[in-house]
Amino acid sequence: MTTTRDAPARPATGTDLALHLLRLGDDALVLGQRLCEWITRAPTVDEDLALSNIALDLIGHARVLLTRAGRLDGTGRTEDDLAYTRSEREFTNALLTELPGGDFAQTVARQLVYTHYAVLYYEALAGCADPELAAFGARAAKETAFHRLHADRWTVTLGRGTAESARRMRRGLERVWPYAGELFEEDDVVRRLAAAGTVPSPAPLRAEWDRRVTDVVTRAGLTVPTPSWSARGGRAGLHTEEFGPLIAELQSVRRQFPGGTW
Amino acid sequence: MSAPTATATVTAAPAVPAATDRSADQDGPLAHFEALIAAGETVEPRDWMPDGYRRMMIRQIAQHAHSEIIGMQPEGAWLTRAPSLHRKSVLLAKVQDEAGHGLYLYSAAETLGVDRADLLDALHRGQQRASATFNHPALTWADTGAIAWLTDGAAVINQAPLCRTSYGPYARAMRRVCQEEAFHVRQGYDLMRALCQGTPEQKAMAQDAVDRWWLPAVALMFGPPDTEAGGADARTAALGAAVSRRAIAWGIKHHTNDELRQRFVDTCVPQAERLGLTLPDPAIRWNEERGHYDFTPVDWDTYREALGDGTHWARQRLAHRRAAHEDGAWVREAAAACATAGETT
Repeated sequence: MTTTRDAPARPATGTDLALHLLRLGDDALVLGQRLCEWITRAPTVDEDLALSNIALDLIGHARVLLTRAGRLDGTGRTEDDLAYTRSEREFTNALLTELPGGDFAQTVARQLVYTHYAVLYYEALAGCADPELAAFGARAAKETAFHRLHADRWTVTLGRGTAESARRMRRGLERVWPYAGELFEEDDVVRRLAAAGTVPSPAPLRAEWDRRVTDVVTRAGLTVPTPSWSARGGRAGLHTEEFGPLIAELQSVRRQFPGGTW
Repeated sequence: MSAPTATATVTAAPAVPAATDRSADQDGPLAHFEALIAAGETVEPRDWMPDGYRRMMIRQIAQHAHSEIIGMQPEGAWLTRAPSLHRKSVLLAKVQDEAGHGLYLYSAAETLGVDRADLLDALHRGQQRASATFNHPALTWADTGAIAWLTDGAAVINQAPLCRTSYGPYARAMRRVCQEEAFHVRQGYDLMRALCQGTPEQKAMAQDAVDRWWLPAVALMFGPPDTEAGGADARTAALGAAVSRRAIAWGIKHHTNDELRQRFVDTCVPQAERLGLTLPDPAIRWNEERGHYDFTPVDWDTYREALGDGTHWARQRLAHRRAAHEDGAWVREAAAACATAGETT
């Protein structure tokens, strides 16, 4: 999937862009869904508020991206068609976003990984030629910068707080780190789009991402994990076993009322 | 969007400890307090106030804040299942507002010399309560609409006069809260309208939710009957009226529970008719003479017994809240340690 080739085999198509936007949209949707699980269970009411605020932004990003994907792929599917009628195997989110449960430190660790990536990617997207996508990238980068601030702050607080919080933060980072690489994965679809100048590839952003997260983790008094393996498969619809229940829950009411209006 | 870490704050003067100034000046402060009330001006944290007023205010604001926090649960449980991304966004925004209202109200209570953490502890220990309305389960998606339309609708009617309540920080908090609550009611009504215009199964789900949430809204959001016309027996009415009279005299309340309850029924009946839903009270009919809708008086004692602290949902709401608090203890300890060390970014 990530084998390097010198040149794309064929020019980028609308289908390529649709798939790429679907992947970004699925990332935002699935991560937003996981954050919804925290609400009313967060360590403080302030965090209930912060996490619902972040989830709201993520669902907002998903709506823009899925809507555009549905217009581009020729099927005319709406955001809700895409969110509520696809099966697990048709979702293309990175595995990082679907990782279940975990304590608050693990959620913070995932937010750290995702938000640093997302700010970099959306900032790059803001420079693309498509005015609609560029405007979305600029807005999403700005919003995600707040989420990043939240993740940075908690990473440092937990890392430097108590022995217990440092232990949990370290464990959270170790748990999610193997899933970071998939966000930067580059396949033929992305290569064709990047070669055509349609959208940027995430792969070149990895070095800057490394620098930034290392800075935060170091400020937290912790070390960046060096995982022995790297997760992949989400982009191809190969998910974790825990993903099925997430999708079943997401779609349950809508599937219960065929032909319903909401 | 705003920074997610931002919390609602109330601009407040430093909290004054329980008033003892009175011993220094027997008539001055009380006269000043009474003059403020009489002139319809607000009492501010720096002003002297009777202990009874301070206690009533703390109790009311804390119960209101607790209700916002506990009230997040029945709707929050549906966030992961909202049947469209639009509805999911709306529900997220609503639950977020409720957390914000809770924080805002705790801040208002803190201006009276109490601590937010102590108020939460009192809730967790069962010493203070949230509205018993939320000791009902949200069984279907339509419940989120019924809660927003009816429960928030009742809250708006209850709270609109509180924008003019005599305690300044509470009145200012309520102005913001009411604006947002009114928005929730419209969204709840819109959700119900979508269901009523959908398939027969969807409409049946909407009707079922209204059947279960009507009485909690009518009864519990307004408190016990405090007039004989509202169905209270003479003794209860006398007691209720005494409490209401005191609150009204202090400018905390402006209306009796039963007046506000009537206003709520009058608002909802035509809305339900437009939706094509039936409110579950056969006694509802227009009374030309009174210029109001008649409805079945609330059988408060029976109702309250069914919702005691020992019931399944009362325990469940509190257990959920306590579990979140206990699970998060290590996070709060870390934050406190960092704040002490001054090492957070």
